[in-house]
Amino acid sequence: MNAGAKEFNEAARRNTADLRQHDRIQKALAGYYLKREDYQNRFPDWAGARDLAAEIKREAINHLDRYLDEFASRLEARGTKVFWAPDGQAARDYIVGVARQHKVRSIIKSKSMTAEEIHLNDALEQAGFEVVESDLGEYIVQLRREPPYHIVFPAMHLTRQQISDLFHDRLGSEPTNNPEDLTMIARRIMRRKYCEADLGISGANFAIAETGMISITENEGNARLTTSLPKIHVALVGIEKVLPKLSDLALFLPMLATAGAGQPITCYNTLYGGPRQPGESDGPEEFHVVLLDNRRTELLADAEQRDALHCIRCGACLNVCPVFKNIGGHSYGTTYQGPIGSVITPHLRGLQDWKHLSQASSLCGACSQTCPVKIDLHHHLLHNRRNAVRLRPAPMEKCLQAGLAFVMCRPRLYALAARLARIAQPLSRLVEGTVLDPLRAWTKTRSIPPMAVKSFHQLWQERKKS
Amino acid sequence: MRAPISARFTNKLNQSRRVKITLFIPCFVDQFYPQVGMSIVQVLERLGHSVDYPEAQTCCGQPAFNAGYWDEARAVAERQMTIFRDAEAVVIASGSCGAMVQVYYPELFRHHPREKEARTLAAKTFEFSDFLVSQLRVVDVGARFPGRATFHDGCHALRELGLKKPPRQLLQHVRGLELVEMPEAETCCGFGGTFAVKFPMISTAMGEVKCSSIADTGAEYVISNDSSCLMQIRGILDRQGRSTKTLHLAEVLAQT
Repeated sequence: MNAGAKEFNEAARRNTADLRQHDRIQKALAGYYLKREDYQNRFPDWAGARDLAAEIKREAINHLDRYLDEFASRLEARGTKVFWAPDGQAARDYIVGVARQHKVRSIIKSKSMTAEEIHLNDALEQAGFEVVESDLGEYIVQLRREPPYHIVFPAMHLTRQQISDLFHDRLGSEPTNNPEDLTMIARRIMRRKYCEADLGISGANFAIAETGMISITENEGNARLTTSLPKIHVALVGIEKVLPKLSDLALFLPMLATAGAGQPITCYNTLYGGPRQPGESDGPEEFHVVLLDNRRTELLADAEQRDALHCIRCGACLNVCPVFKNIGGHSYGTTYQGPIGSVITPHLRGLQDWKHLSQASSLCGACSQTCPVKIDLHHHLLHNRRNAVRLRPAPMEKCLQAGLAFVMCRPRLYALAARLARIAQPLSRLVEGTVLDPLRAWTKTRSIPPMAVKSFHQLWQERKKS
Repeated sequence: MRAPISARFTNKLNQSRRVKITLFIPCFVDQFYPQVGMSIVQVLERLGHSVDYPEAQTCCGQPAFNAGYWDEARAVAERQMTIFRDAEAVVIASGSCGAMVQVYYPELFRHHPREKEARTLAAKTFEFSDFLVSQLRVVDVGARFPGRATFHDGCHALRELGLKKPPRQLLQHVRGLELVEMPEAETCCGFGGTFAVKFPMISTAMGEVKCSSIADTGAEYVISNDSSCLMQIRGILDRQGRSTKTLHLAEVLAQT
């Protein structure tokens, strides 16, 4: 077992035992389920909408080269600087370079999982820049020095009390359990930061090829301030975010809001097409779009799992995943948690180191059923398992599986093995639950059924004779 | 739920109402829950059909398949494909193994010389409740079983095979049975094959959520069309000291 798998097991053990965290997650999601169902039902045809969304993303991803070129050239035509970053290092270097070149003093940033993926804040801080997260949830986890717990709800694991304590410790505010008061504390700080910042960093929810625009979806208005008050705006965009047409947003904006947050549409939806144009009174003087590959093209080359690039990062698969709900977001040790994270992390960061996430699933398929763009998530977990075995099978498991297959291909041997197991059964009862018990992983928390006195094979044979 | 497999099959149904059915009893049902297999035989015979059971059958190959050992899974699957080659209709006593044959055999044999055969077997294989409702067009099998019960949807039956309705339709026609839905009916019980022993802490936590939901209904019985889920649920109910009984759908339908 590699270090990552050990850490995962340890964290999963710790977090499944934390029943209070478990209850908080259940409670936080209970409202989401109801609202999501309600708004899903207001779509004329949700199933049809999913089909259409999957089709649009398939078109975009299958012709990514063309759409990205179109997107970039239209942005450049309006004076946007487009940088193609092959990996995280290149993206970090470019963005740090922009900050240095402009002698930036303060940076404000809106929510971006892509920035989390390349650890952008760490790079900027190491280069001597202060970065403040302007999304409330992100700001909270930033103050706690921990990664987001969930793609969409970064601080969903915390209680109001914990947030109040955090603000009290770090910001010196008066303790309060009132959500409005807590928001106002953060807001006061944020307003000052918006005015001070000379660089605003954002992600993008969609990149529209037809018009050369990025679309950002948010509920707090923080992304608008982050991107329009500072004199420079840098948007970090994963190359898979492309949509062919502006009109595609008519489907994707309500779909993202519904699947992601149980909302009909998010409060603020903004399109950004370039820096301030001549004659315009506001907007940043410079607009940079950093297009990030970071091994997405390797996933693109895998025809079987290419549809994982359809992901719009709504987080719906996390919300329905019984594994996520029991182990929580931090157990994964990845930027992207839940089923989508378990599918793509092995591609983005190496199969050998991250295959355990694909194994840590009962393959229940709730994720695939809920995914608005119809990514075949749980089947991809199976594909990752198969690919990992092809690459390097675990010797013990290989012997076990080969042995089992050998027996299962020989009915007489199978019958003999079953007979032997019946004889050995009383012995295993003697050691049940102890370290000698080969079935301890099961019996520690669950009773085990006795083998039937007679197998179906035997009962059938008796029946034939009588 | 699927349409009848072929015109030939439907005609035969209409003419004689007697179908030659071949049983696939998965390995763990064979060894741990043979009464589930016997109950299926009982129900099908009661409806006037004859049942055959090829004794050389063993396992569908799912353990190897799910663990990523597709070559080993294919070897086991090939044997079953040969055994069931001449069957008209195969009825399988588990939603999970049913999904293996119906959904995953075609994938396992993609671009393989026996791909067509895998697809043929997939098309004529049915999970038990699906077979009764979609092929035999029966929802009332004449069962009587007094008690209050809740139904657990095995994930494979529910999501791979789309069998939300058939087991419920059958249970609704059981005399004396009161069916109550639990809020977490569609939530995974946490079994997941080797997942249950590779990640016992996650598997158990999932099972506990399931069992609380079962207990909250006040049902005396939890019924499912998958014995593997029931093994997990029983295992946890026992440790929680709960007396809710676990039954396979076939065991309920066999009662008169």
